[in-house]
Amino acid sequence: MRNIWNIAKKEIKTYFTSPIAYVAIAVFLVLVGFFFYSALSWFNSQTIQMAQNPYYAQQININQMVYTPLFHNMSIILLLMLPLLTMRLFSEEKKTGTDELLFTSPVNVGQIIVGKYLAALVVLGAMLGLTFLLSVFTFAYGNPEVPQILNGYLGLFLMGAAFIAAGVFFSSLTENQIVSAILTFGALLLFWILNWAAYSASGMWKDVLNYLSIFQHFDDMTRGILDTKDIVYYISFAFFGLFLTHSVIQSRRWR
Amino acid sequence: MIEVEHLTKKYGDLVAVSDLSFTVAKGKIWGLLGPNAAGKTTTMRVLTGYLPATDGKATVAGFDVFQQPNAVKKIIGYLPEVVPLYTEMTVSDYLSFVAALKQVPAAKRKAALDRAIRVSGLASVKGRLIKNISRGFKQRVGIAQSLIHNPDVLILDEPTIGLDPAQIIEIRELIKALRGDHTIILSTHILAEVTQTCDGVVIINEGRLMASGSLEELTASFHEKDRVLLRLRRGHEDAMTSLRSIPGVEKVSRHDGELAIEWNPGKDLREEVSRMAVEKQWGLLEMKTAAMNIEDLYLRVVSGGGEP
Repeated sequence: MRNIWNIAKKEIKTYFTSPIAYVAIAVFLVLVGFFFYSALSWFNSQTIQMAQNPYYAQQININQMVYTPLFHNMSIILLLMLPLLTMRLFSEEKKTGTDELLFTSPVNVGQIIVGKYLAALVVLGAMLGLTFLLSVFTFAYGNPEVPQILNGYLGLFLMGAAFIAAGVFFSSLTENQIVSAILTFGALLLFWILNWAAYSASGMWKDVLNYLSIFQHFDDMTRGILDTKDIVYYISFAFFGLFLTHSVIQSRRWR
Repeated sequence: MIEVEHLTKKYGDLVAVSDLSFTVAKGKIWGLLGPNAAGKTTTMRVLTGYLPATDGKATVAGFDVFQQPNAVKKIIGYLPEVVPLYTEMTVSDYLSFVAALKQVPAAKRKAALDRAIRVSGLASVKGRLIKNISRGFKQRVGIAQSLIHNPDVLILDEPTIGLDPAQIIEIRELIKALRGDHTIILSTHILAEVTQTCDGVVIINEGRLMASGSLEELTASFHEKDRVLLRLRRGHEDAMTSLRSIPGVEKVSRHDGELAIEWNPGKDLREEVSRMAVEKQWGLLEMKTAAMNIEDLYLRVVSGGGEP
């Protein structure tokens, strides 16, 4: 455990002593702020119109009209940004030869992987955590449902955790950071749109493709549905990514 | 302290190290000498547990490198060929990270850090970012990281490469100062490094062992065969046959206009050789004794001569 913490601490330090974490967080916040602002303006103009009609007035729901689209937008930004945050984790070590220090230290490969993974999770946590500030406005002028918002954030975090695991895996495959980022992005996008293929599939394949799709599980969570099946999906996705990383690193040394 | 038995490492079909065996006694500095691509780095990577061997056995302080890797890694300090530096960190941050990685207890980390900085002469740059310090200091940081947990065994891959002459001397002095407390293996392709800093040497070429032993042993084995070099004006052919007829002469060979005459140990045939040269009027220009030394051996190895 101490080994994992030592690795994680160093990686967190690297993220926060270099511009990486600050740039990632700042850009993320600017984009999320913009989406939040446009979602909120649209919501304001809609509510004025809807309030005229007693039937539509019943339908006004800030969670569905502001938060659900916002969470979707945030998930796309994460899809674009997280591969860039994780691309250096193993590629850089390999390129600069520092992996030789790590792998000749009394630390297990698994501990190194988990340490690096946790460090990236901390950055993700900071990115998401700071967007809570936006809710100050919605709570000041409205009454959104807290559990539904938290559920959306949980979905974002779990999905980000799965993205990061994929990023760690692809980073262990190559010493080239750009290759690592492209592979991560490509693989994640493929998993994202897997449910498109499900439209034309039938029977068991339809269910399998739908289950494998990253997006399908996230969509439920933004709507306030908390299902263990979705949580299990993300956790097993992340676990599988880290497990593959372990295999890659071990097998590379035996080759 | 370090025992390597029949070690073989293949990368696919490429044999990097083949059936290598040697031992290093506790507290000694041993040089791993060989031309580039001889298998030095591979041998060190296997010893440090970075790479598994294809075949053979290696133990460090009684621990098997392959069976008990973490026990070995705890007592080894390793300076790889490419110094593993996180250039965005300061020297002291980097060294404390390595100390934590090598499982120096948190309470002792400060003392370990101070000691490594003092021994490696890094006090003046400890607060600076590694990317901003000179090549010589980076190499010292590399040595400091290998020392930080006060390991019993130090494995240094080309510790003086890329340094200027003054820095080379400093690093050599630093390594010599570590003798006794630490068992050290250093690799180099420079012979002078071995004769100046090491107690013993393992010479390898193309992955195979050429010679190994303490410097005294090796030098002694060469002195057993004394030889003289003759430079003559004429009559080389005659000389080759006539000299062989002197009782005790074992071998006469000719390179570049010089004749080398070797005889059995314990004799001194210089007088007979010179008398014959004068009597036969070969026109003796020069005669000098030339004991074989490690340099000759190494040159033969490097130029592909094979067995000494």
